[in-house]
Amino acid sequence: MLKILKYSFYDLMRSRWSYVYFLFYLLLGFVLLFLNNDVDKAVITLMNIIIVLTPLIGTIFGVMYYYNSKEFTELLLAQPINRSKIFMGQYLGISISLTLSLVLGLGIPFVLYGLFKSAAIFNFSLLLVVGAFLNFIFVALSYNIALSTENKIKGFGYAILMWLFLAVIYDGIFLISLVVFNSYPLDKFSLAATMFNPIDLSRILILLKLDISALLGYTGAVFRKFFGTNFGMLISMGVLVLWVVLPVFRMNLKLRKKDF
Amino acid sequence: MKYKIWLFFFFIFIAFAVSAKQIVVCQSCEVKTIKEAIKMAKEGDEILIKKGVYKEQDIVIDKPISLIGEKDVVIDGNNVGGILIIQTNNFKIKGLKIINVGLSYTIEYAAIKVIKANDFIIEDCVMENVFFGILIEKSKRGIIRNNKISSNRKNEASSGNGIHIWSGEEIEVYKNEMFGLRDGIYFEFVKNSIVHNNLSYNNIRYGLHFMFSNNNMYHHNEFRNNGAGVAVMFSKFTVMHHNKFRLNWGSASYGLLLKEIYDAEIHDNLFEQNTIGINAEGSTRINYKNNTFLRNGWAIKISGACYSNIFMNNDFMSNSLDLAYNSNINDNKFDNNYWSEYTGYDLDKNGIGDVPYRPVKLFSYIVNKTPEALILLRSLFVDIINFSEKVSPVFTPDDLMDNHPLMKRAITNFDTQRND
Repeated sequence: MLKILKYSFYDLMRSRWSYVYFLFYLLLGFVLLFLNNDVDKAVITLMNIIIVLTPLIGTIFGVMYYYNSKEFTELLLAQPINRSKIFMGQYLGISISLTLSLVLGLGIPFVLYGLFKSAAIFNFSLLLVVGAFLNFIFVALSYNIALSTENKIKGFGYAILMWLFLAVIYDGIFLISLVVFNSYPLDKFSLAATMFNPIDLSRILILLKLDISALLGYTGAVFRKFFGTNFGMLISMGVLVLWVVLPVFRMNLKLRKKDF
Repeated sequence: MKYKIWLFFFFIFIAFAVSAKQIVVCQSCEVKTIKEAIKMAKEGDEILIKKGVYKEQDIVIDKPISLIGEKDVVIDGNNVGGILIIQTNNFKIKGLKIINVGLSYTIEYAAIKVIKANDFIIEDCVMENVFFGILIEKSKRGIIRNNKISSNRKNEASSGNGIHIWSGEEIEVYKNEMFGLRDGIYFEFVKNSIVHNNLSYNNIRYGLHFMFSNNNMYHHNEFRNNGAGVAVMFSKFTVMHHNKFRLNWGSASYGLLLKEIYDAEIHDNLFEQNTIGINAEGSTRINYKNNTFLRNGWAIKISGACYSNIFMNNDFMSNSLDLAYNSNINDNKFDNNYWSEYTGYDLDKNGIGDVPYRPVKLFSYIVNKTPEALILLRSLFVDIINFSEKVSPVFTPDDLMDNHPLMKRAITNFDTQRND
């Protein structure tokens, strides 16, 4: 597995896209800090970008890599190697290289601008951890889609749709249900609803550490109690881990039966 | 006519003779307690208290004298009841340290209680672990300055106010520091008074609280970390300027709470990092000018029955939501403000944006109706619906807009730096 991981990783490192992705985050970090010198504020802006962009890039990279390297994968499958090892290697290769681009791209400008002296270091590390989780989750999800769909175009379509659903449509449905069922107690429901969407979960995890914790007021007391404590933090991290583990598990299941 | 002049001289003589007298209190002196000294004192005398701890309560002062403490004078009330009770005009209290006022749920025990007094000064006193600090009833023309009042009570019911004035006129409160109390300063039925250069922080309820008090002014104060910064209720003609309302951050916190107030002026204030900068309810004819709203949850929340308010030349900087508004625009006016979220352009370069700005976003409208929806803040979906609403308003009042949004900040010299 390590060998394949290494191969996939180097393959991606050699490709132009990893560099573009890395440079994009690097530039973003520098520009943000240059424009408003306030690390706290920059973390909020970054969150807006990471929450939307990381899943999108993860999804597209995952699907693209699967279809592009399909022929080579088939070649590997002919060898006496465990199937799950091949795909796990590829999966980890993509996820790690994407996470590396994210962490280095954002980390370098922040460190240069004196992150270690600022109080925002915790928020910033949380942001990076959440970003890394999102990478792992969405690459896994897109790999699932790609494995289940032979047709390349269809696979791409489904993957983008999945991203669109989790990033935008889910929140829309969420909001509408909140408005429609206005007269019921909704805090437990909304707490549960956030758990079913990794993007929402990451967003709230970061926001509660930043600006809305107090904004939520009485209605948000449940949230603050939940996410604000170490226990809640642990649970939500656990849910994020589940979001990685479950798709990976399904991937392995699918692999075992798939006819290549 | 002549005897009147003689009488005048006679009084002058009396006054002179009396004012010259000083009574010294100390543990090794002839007079050992403050009560004794007061009993001996005549009108106009000065009582000088020397270093030491005096365990006395219910010290009643009923003649116009001065009570002056040297350094390290402590009057300890032993948590029993009130300490100084003053029922006279023309008195002065200076330099005392008064600690441990008793707690009661029925009687308002205070470190210094003033009843029906005119022309007085209370200065340079330190009050610690008090129930009420300075409690003034039915008094006129007083000065309260350079005092430091604090307590460590945990809830509203078991705590009192720092400076509590019930029915007063022309009282000046300045350079005081209040913390750990219920309300830092509380005015009820107070007229023509001024509060300035005070620092009020970490109080359980309000930093400063006005009830039924007309024609008052407060300026250059700082209110920080209170349950709510300042509450002005049922009052008319209040002027508030150059105050700082900061870090009133919590589930029901305001920088400034306005309820049923009329004809007020609010200008040159700084509202920084409050959950709600200004919460206005039933307030009419108020001019908001040159205020800075920096990083609040909501900069302004208007809850209805507000008429003829004018918002001009204010800076709205990086607030999560600029404005929440749950009624019609009525005849309130927003004009010439700076909004950091404004995305318009200024082609003729006159410093005023060519496209009007709509401060109420669809999301803030939804949050007003369904508070739980706030957890979708900063979600991509919310950004999208905000944008579409901005392009063609359907839900938000379409006449609620700033027709002349500024391109640059209206206030440039305000120090918005955190200084703690």
